[in-house]
Amino acid sequence: MSATGTDVHHVEVRRGRYVDSVSLMQVSATVAATPGVHKAQVAMATELNLDVLTGMGFEIPADAGPNDMIVAVSAEGDEAVAAALAVMEDAVASIGRGGGSGDTFGGEPAPRTTRWAVERSGAPLAVVSVPGEHAFAEAMGALDAGSSVLVFSDNVPLEHEVLLKRTAADRGLLVMGPDCGTAIVGGVGLGFANVVRRGPVGVAAASGTGAQQFTSLLHTAGVGVSHCLGLGGRDLSEAVGGLSARAALAALDADPATEVIVVVSKPPHPAVAADLQEYAATLATPVHLVLLGAGQPTITAGVEKVLAELGVDRPDWPTWGVPDEAPRVSGALRGLFAGGTLCDESMLIAAETLGDIRSNIPLRPELALPAGLEHDGHLMIDFGDDTLTQGRPHPMIDPGLRLARLEKEAADPATGVVLLDVVLGHGAHADPAGDLAPAVTAARRTAADAGRELAVVISLCGTDADPQGLEAQAAALAAAGASVFSSNAAATRYAVALVSGGQR
Amino acid sequence: MNTLDLLDGTPSVVGTGVALFSDALRAQGVDVTDVDWTPPPAGTSAALARVLADPRRVEANRLAAERMLAAGAELVDVRLASEALDLQPGHFLHAGPPITWERASGPLRGALIGAVLFEGLASGPEEAERKLASGSFTWEPCHHRGAVGPMAGVVSPSMWVFELTDPSSGRTSWCSLNEGLGKVLRYGAYSEEVITRLRWMSEVLGPALQSGVRRARDRGAELDMLAIVAQMVQMGDEGHNRNRAGTLMFMRDLLPDILEAGVDPLRLAEVVRFIGGNDHFALNLVMPTCKLITSAAADIPGSTVVTVMARNGTDFGIQVSGTGQQWFTGPAQTPSGMFLGDYGPDDANPDIGDSAITETAGIGGFAMAAAPAIVRFIGGEVGDALTATRLMYQITTTENQRLGVPILDFRGTPTGIDVTKVLASGVLPQINTGMAGRVAGVGQVGAGLVTPPMECFEGAVQALAAAAPTLG
Repeated sequence: MSATGTDVHHVEVRRGRYVDSVSLMQVSATVAATPGVHKAQVAMATELNLDVLTGMGFEIPADAGPNDMIVAVSAEGDEAVAAALAVMEDAVASIGRGGGSGDTFGGEPAPRTTRWAVERSGAPLAVVSVPGEHAFAEAMGALDAGSSVLVFSDNVPLEHEVLLKRTAADRGLLVMGPDCGTAIVGGVGLGFANVVRRGPVGVAAASGTGAQQFTSLLHTAGVGVSHCLGLGGRDLSEAVGGLSARAALAALDADPATEVIVVVSKPPHPAVAADLQEYAATLATPVHLVLLGAGQPTITAGVEKVLAELGVDRPDWPTWGVPDEAPRVSGALRGLFAGGTLCDESMLIAAETLGDIRSNIPLRPELALPAGLEHDGHLMIDFGDDTLTQGRPHPMIDPGLRLARLEKEAADPATGVVLLDVVLGHGAHADPAGDLAPAVTAARRTAADAGRELAVVISLCGTDADPQGLEAQAAALAAAGASVFSSNAAATRYAVALVSGGQR
Repeated sequence: MNTLDLLDGTPSVVGTGVALFSDALRAQGVDVTDVDWTPPPAGTSAALARVLADPRRVEANRLAAERMLAAGAELVDVRLASEALDLQPGHFLHAGPPITWERASGPLRGALIGAVLFEGLASGPEEAERKLASGSFTWEPCHHRGAVGPMAGVVSPSMWVFELTDPSSGRTSWCSLNEGLGKVLRYGAYSEEVITRLRWMSEVLGPALQSGVRRARDRGAELDMLAIVAQMVQMGDEGHNRNRAGTLMFMRDLLPDILEAGVDPLRLAEVVRFIGGNDHFALNLVMPTCKLITSAAADIPGSTVVTVMARNGTDFGIQVSGTGQQWFTGPAQTPSGMFLGDYGPDDANPDIGDSAITETAGIGGFAMAAAPAIVRFIGGEVGDALTATRLMYQITTTENQRLGVPILDFRGTPTGIDVTKVLASGVLPQINTGMAGRVAGVGQVGAGLVTPPMECFEGAVQALAAAAPTLG
């Protein structure tokens, strides 16, 4: 570490000039980076720094002390030295000027975890939609911070769900989900939710589209919803045992705005359903269980029962484009669904008349469709099933897969009726009919060109307050030749009647 | 909060994941706090979930926090390491997790060579190195004996150590006496001037300090180091890279007792000049103070709080309360920062020293907001220092109200790193540190900022998961 012979060495002592050592290290680095400068050190003349300066080849005046600042520069020539000193002056002066951004006091960093965000905001609810394997950590963080949580994520391991729900139960909190797509809390729609009026009916739903159908029909009948709490599709399974259903019922029971409670679920485990019924009987608020299954009432029937209890007349559920005389069709019923519960309900209804329905979410394991989802008889496909949504958005947002299948069914001489659901509301496609109506027109033309009649029946789940506009959506679909029903049960019965020879 | 609060009025919501949902909520007039989420390291989600599901965790971490906040630190003695730490000739302590000679970094090797020379166990550096490499001597981490050592952290039997105790638990911690800056043993230098200074420290500094500390103790006036730490944090020190105020307060508090103890005035002048010329003298008192704070949280089954972060110049190692004395290691990173003289990044050794015990206890980089000058090491602005401290609250268990940061409205420093929060947030602890020369014998080349490798926290979470009880 010695200076080269040709360089100009400049050393000066600034008496009594104190600058913080860390700041001076920064100044030194800045000066050393000046063109033509080979070595530079600006430092207080402490014993350590004198050693460093000597080691760099500078000669320091013997009388320099720890309260003096040394400026030492080795550069190509006098001009370079002068330039370095100017840079040094500027750098030393800038130390006192504060931050260049003007944001001297910094900002609060963005929350990196759900837990911290809940702690800072005091929010009573967290919505977690990270990939399934990571959902547990975020959801548990929310519970640790004292908030309830809606887990939208799918593919969450079953044991994670049970652990979360047990923890929530211990702490008086609610876990909605996982795979919970729908909830309405305090009038706010979370995930996929229809815009419904507020009122006395509290809903707890182990079913996303089941909850949407239920609340939409209630709204259509003029009755409002206090809250709609999602439970996750597995909540009433044997493994989970209705942990969130109980928590939700307890919360709704304690909620002064809730006068009637309804539980809507996909087919539950019988023992869990029985336990839940027993628990419901202990509550002060009347509870209706609308649990789908063979021989059980439909969602529409469940709505009608609640209406009766509230003393509200059952309306004629709206339809659009249903001809006075049903067309004559032959062939099989093909249901193409975005909503899993709507698909379940349609299979249960259709099976009563048509017998076995094949499906990717079959009522009995032996009715499972093969991998290609092809079968020459009646079939119904849930395009919202996890296996079909991996790596792509839900069919309520992205209609691609379903439209392709509709085109295929149109070309299949075995297809008589296509039954589709369309779900409106927050989170759903901004204009589903804009994509679907032309596809329906095209499908019917394809069949007609082949000399066949293809009937298209649509179950349209929505309300007149939904952002997509219920009437406009229905009108567009009806204009394309579809028969549109607001009740999924009614749509299914109509479709079944068409393929079973006019029995309605 | 409970579920009833959720149903009472329009909820505010925290959104983690898909932005679409937060947007839909905002469109409905809901107050949404978005989480800047990143996935935890690949392959850790199952173990992380397992640890978070441990029913003991919440209470164990509450207890860890309570104990850390209750711990105190009083300077009760200055003693020979051979007595205080039961060190036999040829037995040395060092910083960080255990390491062999083959894997030891330049500064650690240099410091061991220097210690062998200081103890008179070799006639020169070559012989010292040969004996060290051949297994003539033994060494183990300072932490294995409840001690801490800055940088290489090498302690030999003839060195003197500060002895601090926590009056609430009776626990004791030790640290060597600070040698000053530049060419010093802890940075791996071992030249004649280094050994000469160590001899002076043993013959003059240690005994002088001992007489003062014992005099104070005898009159029932043990020096409260935690009180000094609290003051220094309010005076612009963060206790790791800045100990200027702490050093002066230490001198102020101890000097009368040294004078009363009758230390020879000329020797006393040497001692005061030595301490006064070294802004880091108090670091070696702050470190055992922090060790007492973190030790208080150790060995609580189910706790995910970090109790040790330490580096040997090759490996970064941590210990976690729920897994006792087990080390979880990863490769030590090289700090980024400012360099002395014309040293540069290529001259710097990877991170070394037990001094990250300060961050483990909630000061150092965690109290950066209290010492904004430090942020200039990375060319940052004062706001960056405040942001750094604020970010650390996201990975810690509690706040230490006794260590208030004025510019944050005297908010307590973030304390008790939680390994599950580190993994879930991806935020690594911020450490302020010195930089040793890569080559044995060089000494200090700079100072800067560094973080631990994520591997340490991954390993800890895997071990905590394995140790978690079966879920009933």
